Amino acid sequence: MVRTRADGRGIVRWRVLAAAGAALVAAPAVAACSSESGNQVTVYSAPEQNFQTVVDNCNKAANGKYEIVYRKLPRGADGQREQLVRRLAAGDSDLDVLGLDVTWTAEFAEAGWIEEWTGADKAEIEDGTLKGPLDTATYNGKLYAAPKNTNVQLLWYDKTVTPKPPETWAEMIDMAKRLKSEGRPYQIVFTGAQYEGLVVTYNSLVSSAGGEILSADGKKVVLDEGALKALEILKEATDSGITHPSLTVSQEGETQHQFEDKGSEAAFELNWPFVYPAMKDGNPDRFKNLEWTTYPGIDGPGKSTIGGNNFAVSALSSKKPQAFEAAKCLRNAENQRFSAINDGVPPTIESVYAGDDKEFVDAYPMWETILDELQDPAVRPQTVVYQNLSTITSKLLSPPAEIDPQDTIEELRDGLQKALESKGVLP
Amino acid sequence: MSELASEPSAQGVDTESRVPAVEPKKGKQGLSEGKLAERRLGWLLCAPAAFVMIAVTGWPIIYSVWLSLQRYDLRFPDQQQFVGLDNYIAVLTDQYWWTAVGITTLLTVVSVVIELVLGMILALIMHRTLVGRGLVRTVSLIPYGIVTVVAAFSWLYAWDANTGYLNGLFGTEAPLTQQIPSLLIIVLAEVWKTTPFMALLLMAGLALVPDDLLKAASMDGATAWQRFTKVMVPVMKPAILVALLFRTLDAFRIFDNIFVLTAGANDTGSVSMQTYNNLIKGLNLGIGSTMSVLIFIAVAIIAFVFIKLFGASAPGGDQGGKR
Repeated sequence: MVRTRADGRGIVRWRVLAAAGAALVAAPAVAACSSESGNQVTVYSAPEQNFQTVVDNCNKAANGKYEIVYRKLPRGADGQREQLVRRLAAGDSDLDVLGLDVTWTAEFAEAGWIEEWTGADKAEIEDGTLKGPLDTATYNGKLYAAPKNTNVQLLWYDKTVTPKPPETWAEMIDMAKRLKSEGRPYQIVFTGAQYEGLVVTYNSLVSSAGGEILSADGKKVVLDEGALKALEILKEATDSGITHPSLTVSQEGETQHQFEDKGSEAAFELNWPFVYPAMKDGNPDRFKNLEWTTYPGIDGPGKSTIGGNNFAVSALSSKKPQAFEAAKCLRNAENQRFSAINDGVPPTIESVYAGDDKEFVDAYPMWETILDELQDPAVRPQTVVYQNLSTITSKLLSPPAEIDPQDTIEELRDGLQKALESKGVLP
Repeated sequence: MSELASEPSAQGVDTESRVPAVEPKKGKQGLSEGKLAERRLGWLLCAPAAFVMIAVTGWPIIYSVWLSLQRYDLRFPDQQQFVGLDNYIAVLTDQYWWTAVGITTLLTVVSVVIELVLGMILALIMHRTLVGRGLVRTVSLIPYGIVTVVAAFSWLYAWDANTGYLNGLFGTEAPLTQQIPSLLIIVLAEVWKTTPFMALLLMAGLALVPDDLLKAASMDGATAWQRFTKVMVPVMKPAILVALLFRTLDAFRIFDNIFVLTAGANDTGSVSMQTYNNLIKGLNLGIGSTMSVLIFIAVAIIAFVFIKLFGASAPGGDQGGKR
């Protein structure tokens, strides 16, 4: 009796083990099947809280033609690029639609990792899309991506501190100095850490001064008078005791805190439109006094560097037709409006900026200023080696207070020339 | 001095030699057929593992040396070509590289020295603890058990300009924005994290010091300090050298703390940080591999210096046999 019972149990145990083993062996196979099956299109894009709703909308509308799966990339732009580049370089065919930062277009296109948009697809994207965002998706005259959302920086200020905002950097610096001597909030806060954000600030300044960093084809270093003027302003703004003490480690989030936190000493903030919802939640008292205007310039209103994300189709994808369709749906006017209202990302399609759309205007009271800046934004240099250019530039401009305009511009010229050839060492 | 030092190792050899001294007698009868076959079988059984080990460690080294001799930038696939030592010239004549080498060396020397002193104190405390020995050892090992990146983030927040509870200690609101305070914080994070490891290795060395020797020394009138410098340290020398070797090799490759705390801003980047920037961010496999080969060479030199000049026993050598 005892023995048979024991044997029986043994058999049961064996069966469980065998089943578990079979499941283990079969699981990847099953998973592989499901990912192979039919029309699944993967979208690798930056994390966005409500983007899944957009994906669901498209899947419903597609009615079985394709099924989008949203795979979130890391939060930081460097992490996103790193994952995409690593996988594409290794020939990974699992990626179909790629969410690209506007600065990566040239690099991905030149490496042959993304497909060109042609014919009817191209016409559909170009129709109604603003010129600034479209420029960021174009390389060598060819369209390589569909602009999903755009971004520009505004000058944010507190109307109780400065009822009339400055139009130029010189005015802003003077105001800050005066406010400081009066013992009122005075700081100018912006992204000054040694990273892309510092390059964004410098690029805005160069463009506002009518200068160029690289030639239009991205092959030669220009760094003209405007680039020198930009260095002088950056130096003056950061060397006069009117910025936040931790300027040189401030990225977007820190900058926002410097303006938003209780007891803030900041009077002016240069940052993306997320300032508006962030301030609403973070400091309702100051939110009441929050105002915005066009990015400051040199002789008048300035130009802001354009940011944002574009959708490209991977050249290694095995489902390109579906991928193009999916990308078009994910960035259509209706979905861009939804993302603008729910995730705060500015649309790239002009018709979405509608003054009579109450829900949109409530979420985006600064839409007119954004649209205005988008007519003529500062596009960052379009070059295959943008990453090198950015690393070298932020390194040589950091810390901004120690810039010596004449010397720094020569260092930049030398460093960027090496970067364009990709022969030197990155710091 | 040297007599004292050689005594325990002589003992060590003695115990070791005693065992084989017995074995050959038994072995002599078997060494003929069975033993030989058994030994051959042993080698055969080891072979696959040894082969895999060589393939896994050897191939990447050979491959990166090969890459370092080429112009190989993923963004310029057409320009890929063999360039001989050009990459080495480019790296070795670059000021960024030498800045990083200087910073890395500084961080290595300073943190290892501090760790040795603190680790020794901690080891003595742990060795001498009478009550709650397990608890004391566990508590002191906690920092080593925490993932470096996690610890680095908590240091980052502690020194954060807005919310940090430690900033202000350097008389500046944002210590991580300046080179010297940043380096001090990196050293602090490294020391806090790896002192327990040092202490653990040193404690193993302390166990080698025979109590009789200490007693005899104090009979002769040696003070506590003399007993430490003249008895303990010489006896522990092999253990100290192994601990130093491990930590120096480790510290030279410092990456995670810097990556999280400053990302190399304000000239605080190490050679590993720079290799990462060129290899992963810059996609320049040629220059990046050159740097990793140079780091490999530097690490090999450190190991060579420790083993040949200072006489540290290689890990797995007779030191392993003694434990």
